[in-house]
Amino acid sequence: MILLGELSLWAALLMAAWSATVSFAGGRIGRVDLVASGERAMYATFAFVVLSSIGLWSALLTSDFSLRFVASYTSANLPAVYKFSAFWGGQAGSMLFWCLILALYSAITLYANRRRNRELMPYVTGTLALVLVFFLATTAFGANPYARLDWVPPDGTGLNPQLQNPGMAIHPPNLYLGYVATAVPFAFAIAALITRRLDAEWLAAVRRWSLVSWLFLTIGITLGMWWAYVELGWGGYWAWDPVENASLLPWLTGTAFLHSIMIQEKRGMLRKWNVTLVVATFLLSILGTFITRSGVIESVHSFAQSPIGNWFAGFLVTSIVATGILVATRLKDLEARAELESMVSREAAFLYNNVVLVGIAFSVLWGTLFPIISEAVRGSKITVGPPFFNTVNIPLGLLLLGLTGVGPLIAWRRASVANLKRQFAAPVAGGLGLGAALFALGMRDGYALVSYTLAGFVTTTIGQEFVKGVGARRRMHGESMPVALMRLVGRNRRRYGGYIVHFGIVVLFAAFAGLAFKKEYDLSLTPGASFTALDPYNRTWTFTSQGVSRYEELNRQVTAVILEAKRAGAPPTLIKSEKRQHVDSQGNPSFEPSTEVGILESLRQDVYLVLHGVTGEETAEIRITFNPLVWWVWYGGIIMAIGGLIVMWPQATRAGSKRRAEGGYVVVMQPSERPPVEAGV
Amino acid sequence: MVRARTKFIIGGVLVLGTAGYLMASSIGETGMYYLTPGELTAKVQGDSTFYDTGVKMGARVVPGTIEREPGGRAVSFRVTDGSQTIPVTYRGVIPDTFTDSVDVVVEGRYNKNGQFVATTLLAKCASRYENAPDKYQATPGYKAAKGPAA
Repeated sequence: MILLGELSLWAALLMAAWSATVSFAGGRIGRVDLVASGERAMYATFAFVVLSSIGLWSALLTSDFSLRFVASYTSANLPAVYKFSAFWGGQAGSMLFWCLILALYSAITLYANRRRNRELMPYVTGTLALVLVFFLATTAFGANPYARLDWVPPDGTGLNPQLQNPGMAIHPPNLYLGYVATAVPFAFAIAALITRRLDAEWLAAVRRWSLVSWLFLTIGITLGMWWAYVELGWGGYWAWDPVENASLLPWLTGTAFLHSIMIQEKRGMLRKWNVTLVVATFLLSILGTFITRSGVIESVHSFAQSPIGNWFAGFLVTSIVATGILVATRLKDLEARAELESMVSREAAFLYNNVVLVGIAFSVLWGTLFPIISEAVRGSKITVGPPFFNTVNIPLGLLLLGLTGVGPLIAWRRASVANLKRQFAAPVAGGLGLGAALFALGMRDGYALVSYTLAGFVTTTIGQEFVKGVGARRRMHGESMPVALMRLVGRNRRRYGGYIVHFGIVVLFAAFAGLAFKKEYDLSLTPGASFTALDPYNRTWTFTSQGVSRYEELNRQVTAVILEAKRAGAPPTLIKSEKRQHVDSQGNPSFEPSTEVGILESLRQDVYLVLHGVTGEETAEIRITFNPLVWWVWYGGIIMAIGGLIVMWPQATRAGSKRRAEGGYVVVMQPSERPPVEAGV
Repeated sequence: MVRARTKFIIGGVLVLGTAGYLMASSIGETGMYYLTPGELTAKVQGDSTFYDTGVKMGARVVPGTIEREPGGRAVSFRVTDGSQTIPVTYRGVIPDTFTDSVDVVVEGRYNKNGQFVATTLLAKCASRYENAPDKYQATPGYKAAKGPAA
């Protein structure tokens, strides 16, 4: 299996190289047979990458420690699920995983467009094949998962305990699925530039792929935050670390694109801008991988430093130069078809949304790369930390939140004063009402008050849109409330799915603003001793140590402290935090000790317990943190993902009924008997 | 009548200009030099204002120099980049990965007594998410299993 897997990797590289060559050549000189050969070669590449991946998976699951990769990331006593996920736990495997997803996406793209977009497809195939060549070559030459050890260890060294977490098993694949999906719109943009077919055609082809990318990035980032929060034990979920920023950057430009694409569809504006955003999103995904994998920027994530950083740098520079030349030679074809008519129009709101999103992306990029920039310009490394990112991004983020509420309220082209008054009355009242209520309840943090006021404004906007839509359906079709709601969303998935995503954003911002009220206590407790603390809601908690215990589990030695946590007027609960020393199957310690935090969850706040260490026999050194509204982050992420899914869900209207007709039967239905698939989610 | 496009551009420039101003000012206020012990020593010799200025220092912990205070909340140790060695004191949460010979990033101030007083301590394993199979082979008492192992 190992030999087959390794050979398949090389075969895939050859196939991808062939596909790139003949696809571009075939498109250029108009030879249909060459184009067809290129497409077949792409399918073959996919098959070989699958074979190669199966080879690595089988080596991991059967614990074949002759492979350096298997010995470095797994051990015989590792649960099977983590043997499986170790595939993307390490550098070499994650590169192969990347190839696997890219090959899969490429095959899907080719199949979905086998009869559509035929003028674009040779170049789409060629571009995707070129990207694949890069990734496969980097895997084969720079980070080969099939590299052998010159001795066979009795056991592997195991997977880092911090990665032995269900969230970590699925967080990287989601990010990769998101990152890699940006390659497809990029390939279409390149194809459209080469063929000068820069109208709505290529945009329609890439919208869904942009959504796929956005959705997986959203899920991946949320899972990453969740993992950092429950596993790393520092009490937060976002630290503006370079690797976190790297995942945020393509999300920001991708989100900008999903908004600006609507302006090009509706008004023929922003043609250059859209191409730029698509290309930028892809390049930022590559840059993200580069930052993550090269170790060029100091990051606590510090993956193994390796030569593949140079490969990525080379690829990045080549891509920027090539697309730069393409765009520059086609500026004429990218002229706008219309002009902005009024500042008080939905276009303007969308444009500002883009300005702000790209502004945030730029500041994050700047802050992330600043150590490199300052070293190049002034000769000394200067780093910026969370204060920099917060100073710049909190105001920009709040502006963006406000625009989220404004956009849907203004008409396209030009809004009238009457229209504005009617639309804005309720949302403005809702926002100010919430802000005033919180102020009256004693909230004094400026940014938090602004956040919640805007949150109230946007939520009322969204609510108003739903109420209006449902009301209109009920009047026109005489439908009941739930039916009207389902149909409203089902028939206008992009619009109402989008509103649901916006609501998720509101929930996220509410959670972020909650961070202002975090409270933290460091203390030592002997068994039986108590500690009393006030939480952010001014309620009294008493924590009593139940003592320290030491015991062994499957693959680790555990030291645990248990506290009884009691809020005044509520029943007590137990909360536990552990220090773990992992061992391999021979009983040798592997990795440094790790900490398992204890979390008492609720909608209002988390009580977060970390065991730092034990002094003497039983004195626990601990930190207790009250984290308000943390769960809202995960809920916000889930709501956004649901909204994204609704937007993406295929419309089962005409295509569906056509298929039914072609199937030999036609069913005539009353509107009320439509199959549930049309009603959406 | 000013065209909408012009108005939009003015608005955009205002937004981005404010963002740019915030970026520039906060880099000036919160940006920190990232230095090695050798560079830090050279800096303070050239310009004494670098004493008691917040900086980050990246270096390796000298084995055997770690002294933990009882309670596990404070620690002193020496770090080196090969050319210079600087003593560090730190009070706060000590990360799990902090031990002899790891690379650390400390943030704090270097004082005139030649002490680096750190307020944050990050420890990095060069191979945090990776473990070299050969790493533990030389450990005294390593239990090699049966088989053709070395």
